[in-house]
Amino acid sequence: MEFWVTQTFNGISYGALLFLLAGGLSLIFGMMRIVNMTHGSYYLLGGYVALTVIWKTGYFALAILAGALAIALIGVGEWNAFLKRLSGQELGQVLTTMGFALIFQDLALIIWGGDPYTIPVPRFLSGAYQIGQLYFPVYRIFIITVAAAVALILWLVLEKTRVGAMMRATVDDPEMARGVGINVHGISMVVFALGAFLAAVAGVVAGGFVGVYPGADFEILPYAFVVVIVGGMGSLKGALIGSLLVGLLDNFGKALFPELSYFTLFAPMAAILAVRPTGLYGRV
Amino acid sequence: MRSALFSGPRVVVIVFLLLLILPPFLSSFLLTLLTQALIYAILAMSLDIILGYTGLASLGHAAYFGLGAYSVGILSTRYGAGFWIALPAGVLLAVAVAAIFGLVALRATGVYFLMITLALGMVVWGLAHRWVTMTQGDNGISAIPRPDLGLPWSLAHSIPFYYFALAGFLITFWILRVIVRSPFGQTLVGIRESESRMRTLGYHVWLHKYIGFIIAGGFGGFAGVLWAYYNGFVSPVDLQLATSVEVLLMVALGGRGTLLGPALGAAIIVFLKNLVSVYTHRWLLILGAVYILTIVYAPEGILGAVKQWTRRANSRLLRSEV
Repeated sequence: MEFWVTQTFNGISYGALLFLLAGGLSLIFGMMRIVNMTHGSYYLLGGYVALTVIWKTGYFALAILAGALAIALIGVGEWNAFLKRLSGQELGQVLTTMGFALIFQDLALIIWGGDPYTIPVPRFLSGAYQIGQLYFPVYRIFIITVAAAVALILWLVLEKTRVGAMMRATVDDPEMARGVGINVHGISMVVFALGAFLAAVAGVVAGGFVGVYPGADFEILPYAFVVVIVGGMGSLKGALIGSLLVGLLDNFGKALFPELSYFTLFAPMAAILAVRPTGLYGRV
Repeated sequence: MRSALFSGPRVVVIVFLLLLILPPFLSSFLLTLLTQALIYAILAMSLDIILGYTGLASLGHAAYFGLGAYSVGILSTRYGAGFWIALPAGVLLAVAVAAIFGLVALRATGVYFLMITLALGMVVWGLAHRWVTMTQGDNGISAIPRPDLGLPWSLAHSIPFYYFALAGFLITFWILRVIVRSPFGQTLVGIRESESRMRTLGYHVWLHKYIGFIIAGGFGGFAGVLWAYYNGFVSPVDLQLATSVEVLLMVALGGRGTLLGPALGAAIIVFLKNLVSVYTHRWLLILGAVYILTIVYAPEGILGAVKQWTRRANSRLLRSEV
């Protein structure tokens, strides 16, 4: 019983982290059909920038904000200079963004070195709640709260505001959206910035419990992709359900079948795609 | 109009003769790189069957390379299997897995095909990474012996092994050339250009793609078999996502939709990676720049650029003659 509760809790908190990472990626996919291999780098760089900020100032909240804003700027720059003219060319996108991922990887190694770091978290976020024999780390509850808040805000923006309606229109049919006078270029830029911003937030938050280390970018990238393809590109609901599904499968897979853990994660994903190639909530 | 001195076939023949004659006079370092380039050329050419000829970009091609390599690693270190068992086992395993994966992946095209092949590639990588009792996990399988073919020359030496890899490359090149020039290969190109038109003309589009996918997987596995014997070592790095993308780069850099293009791209990347890393630790920066510059300046690859250049030169020549 304890095992199931603990593993479910861990799975949900990992899913929450994945949602932060993949929610923006899903919108980017759905809206611009850009395959972005740099998304994992945003996650890694966000963590590193936050680490530097926290070393200099000591404020955790400031570190999250600074890391996320810096990475959003980098993302927009990359999109503006290279990616937006590659629309519809998957191979070109994969190779260009892979090039950036390698460059960012090496730059991070030059600037921050090869040692793993953990982002120091404020005292009120450390420790654990105890219920009977069960321990629930406060930090994991914090991650779930952040993800829930981001999901709620994204949902409100997408469903209740004018900009959100424009975004949905652009996801559904970019040409028609442009035809009725929506600034698709501007909207795309905002969405790309948002995606990079959230990936960096995920990186900072993850830095508090799994740490920031070289290689984290390519370790997390396949997870983000799998969440997006299983949930369906461009669907917020899909990203949310996909994240929880991947988080839980990953945790139970590692706990129950350690030798086959990635198999138990990726094989069900492939099975879902075999039945629904556009993902659970994706539109054709 | 083209200057006969630089005609395509002639260059190919010259390069082939150099590949045949030169090796005994090369340093062992260059010979090593040349051997690596030949093996990666097989992998890149196999990917081009689906990428260049059929128009489907796969993000999981390293999986077949890994399946071939791990077959050799496991069979030869655990069961002492020889080349004539490990080779068919590796290729058949890659073919079988491609036959299963193809059923799933070919339901999609474009971005969705990319993503599904990525997930499938991760399945195989995950097994290599975590199924420690079988694959030894991240430590990889080491001390894979060089094959003994009963030849008078031992393949443990670098020059005989080079000629062994060259033979593998030439056989692959010849078979794939027959395939892409056959009506089957031409149908694949037709599917790349317009799937709906080919369907209207009565071609079984799915079956053609499926067979192309399996051929690509099989030769990817063959490259993996040679790699395991060459390197004496296999690890999850050989089939990780970054490797799959690197093979895509080789094809894109050399020129999609040709066989020599990917081979050229493979050679360039292998030499670049190894030569640059001799001089600087910052080779990832340079490799990253190569990725970006390829797409910005040579989106059709080197062979594509050369073709365009000769076409332009020819038309200029024509105009000046008029």
